[in-house]
Amino acid sequence: MEPALRLVNISKSFGDVAANSNISLDINRGEILAVLGENGSGKTTLMNMVSGIYYPDSGHIEMAGNVVAIRSPRDAIDLGIGMIHQHYKLIEVFTAAENIALGLPGKLKLDRAAIVKQVIEIAEKYGFSIDPHKRIYEMSISEKQTVEIIKALYRGSSILTLDEPTAVLTPQESQRFFNILRNMRNDGKAIVMISHKLNEVMELSDKVAVLRKGMLVDLIQTKDTTAQKLTQMMVGRTISLNINRMEAKLQGLRLKLDAVSCIDENNTFVLDNLSFSIFGGEILGVAGISGNGQRELCEVITGLYPLKTGTIEYFPPDVSYAVNLSGKTPLQIRRLGIAMAFVPEDRLGMGLLAQMDMVGNLMLKRYKNGRSIFADRRSPRYMAENMIDELELVTPNVYTPVRQLSGGNIQKVLVGREISSNPTVLIAAYPTRGLDINSSHTIYRLLNEQKDHGTAVIFIGEDLDVLLELCDRILVLSDGKAKGILDARNTTKEELGLLMTQESSTV
Amino acid sequence: MLYATLGEILTEKSGNLNLGVEGLMFMGAIGGLLGSYYYELTSLSPSAFITALIALLCAFTTAAFGATLYGILTIGLRANQNVSGLALSIFGTAFGNFFGEVLSISAGGYAAVGNVTKNAFNKGIGVLSELPYVGKILFSYNFLVYLAILLSLALAWFLKYSRTGLNLRAVGESPATADAAGINVSKYKYLATIIGGGLCGIGGLYIVMNSSNGVGGVWVHNCISGQGWIAVALVIFVTWNPARAILGSIGFGALSVMRLYIPLGISAQLYELFPYLATIAVLLVVSMKKGRKNTAPNSLGIAYYREER
Repeated sequence: MEPALRLVNISKSFGDVAANSNISLDINRGEILAVLGENGSGKTTLMNMVSGIYYPDSGHIEMAGNVVAIRSPRDAIDLGIGMIHQHYKLIEVFTAAENIALGLPGKLKLDRAAIVKQVIEIAEKYGFSIDPHKRIYEMSISEKQTVEIIKALYRGSSILTLDEPTAVLTPQESQRFFNILRNMRNDGKAIVMISHKLNEVMELSDKVAVLRKGMLVDLIQTKDTTAQKLTQMMVGRTISLNINRMEAKLQGLRLKLDAVSCIDENNTFVLDNLSFSIFGGEILGVAGISGNGQRELCEVITGLYPLKTGTIEYFPPDVSYAVNLSGKTPLQIRRLGIAMAFVPEDRLGMGLLAQMDMVGNLMLKRYKNGRSIFADRRSPRYMAENMIDELELVTPNVYTPVRQLSGGNIQKVLVGREISSNPTVLIAAYPTRGLDINSSHTIYRLLNEQKDHGTAVIFIGEDLDVLLELCDRILVLSDGKAKGILDARNTTKEELGLLMTQESSTV
Repeated sequence: MLYATLGEILTEKSGNLNLGVEGLMFMGAIGGLLGSYYYELTSLSPSAFITALIALLCAFTTAAFGATLYGILTIGLRANQNVSGLALSIFGTAFGNFFGEVLSISAGGYAAVGNVTKNAFNKGIGVLSELPYVGKILFSYNFLVYLAILLSLALAWFLKYSRTGLNLRAVGESPATADAAGINVSKYKYLATIIGGGLCGIGGLYIVMNSSNGVGGVWVHNCISGQGWIAVALVIFVTWNPARAILGSIGFGALSVMRLYIPLGISAQLYELFPYLATIAVLLVVSMKKGRKNTAPNSLGIAYYREER
């Protein structure tokens, strides 16, 4: 049978990073294709090229034997390709029907009754339940998703791409959603679903395309494979980075989280009954697919995210009492004399001021020091100069705005500043994301030094190889729940991968 | 004032907060005045209909020109909307006063439109206004008043029931969503801003042609005197609803002429505070209410870059 869409040798790179290289893939009608891969393996990039958000550097897309150029979302819609993004593009104050009809050509008068009728027809055909008159801001996430899908169908899409559609759904909602997808498949639609939940892929899909580091590893029939095999393909083998790991010299309990839960603005649990302890002198890795509670975990410890229930206790070195950190603000925590350092994920957003130079950025955390009413600019300048030497920082001078430095150097400034406060707890979220091998290794060295000083280090990472080589213990997060704490010396990537991708309902 | 409010509602629904209403009203006022003044000078037998039409067209285009400048700055060049709007206010005020003075001086110190134009703008609806009781209250105003009411009902229908109106509101709420749905965001913003600006200009024309003190049709220095700002407040007061704008402007009008009718024994300056106090009260109530139906368009005041997803 002629494929609905054929991708031929598609490549796309961002800067020096090849997000997709030479991917060829057929998308058939009446079939659910799952695209599986770790973070950064290029799944979303590939789908964005199909839906017109990116344009491939090389290779082409064929539809019914003809080469088509998809240069904008509009082109994709005209070709009958509908993409359901992870973040819904809907207008909150409009009703479902209004959102669905938005931007479509037609008579000047908006015939609401006719639109509503058509929406209900589509809904009945595939088994959606929807109230076309309901406004988006009154809807739950799964209802919003329904609106997005109907919007695509209303526009006559016959090829649907869904980016992690179940990430935000409860298990029950997911089941209902799968039935709808099956109905659409049986109706002859081509469905592409990005996912990294293995159970889902096994249950729902007809074919699986596994991506790793931008390359298509394999395209197989789902019935011919197992979750185990897929995990192996997904994580693959990579060259060992040889990170030097010292034996942990444990220094006693430093931080203890007990039954910590947090909810977000949609009232879903982003951290769910999470308990763990961390000792001085160890690196605790946190593994998990991003968006499973890592950010909230960092922020709840540092006092940036509101705690719903549970306690967070800090045990200062050399004394035997505990300090309760639950619900304290970052300033209160600092006033308690606790040296907590946080290297946030969003370096230039939360970590540093992009327009400011190194001296200014180093001052941010210490401008309240000293007795003079004038800020002391001299000592941060010395600090900056020292840092340049020690960390092999490359910058024209200490007065260059950090925005103009390279990613690796920016991160060195940030990590250097956080470390300079002699922390007892250091939280680093994806500190090596986007960094080249050398800069990454400088960061690993710094983290190791801190561990050697007896600091309790929490390292949020995405590269499982690094986690396994750098950390002493690894906490696996999934859906904001702890799936287990493993000894990094005696575990495998496959074990981690399975824990990470386990459906919460099956545990 | 209703015109300016309607114009600003249209502009704000596209996500552009144009603080230049005051300036646009000045521009419209002088544009319209000059238009009919010169028409009367050059025409031997000026007709009431044509002079009114010319005044309207001139007022609309002059103010629309001002709004175009604002549009180029904020939509094309993505300049800060507040600053651009304030600049337009100052520019328009000076523009109006400058040409107003030029007109006066060139006419020997005092320039007024002839009686034909005056009548065109100050006559009620002929026979109906002579009806007992209701005639004076309902039909004695000039045609601009009735046109404004019709216009606000039309605008209300447009925003609520037309496809284009839906698209326009989408642009104001979330340009990224609108863009993804294939709507030309810039085009909608420009059109809304320019047409809205033109309406503000007609509001200015009304003031200059029909001053309540009986000297209509003549340029009075600083004649708009803050009414543009009240219009901006009125948009909030009526919660971006054109139909409600009719009641809102009557209410605000009542508040601003209150001192003439209800003596409270306080100074005139205090009376002038009332419209603004009412605006603050409304803002408080609106922001306390839970519902999101009546609030400002979501991306009001924010420039849209497609690349910034």
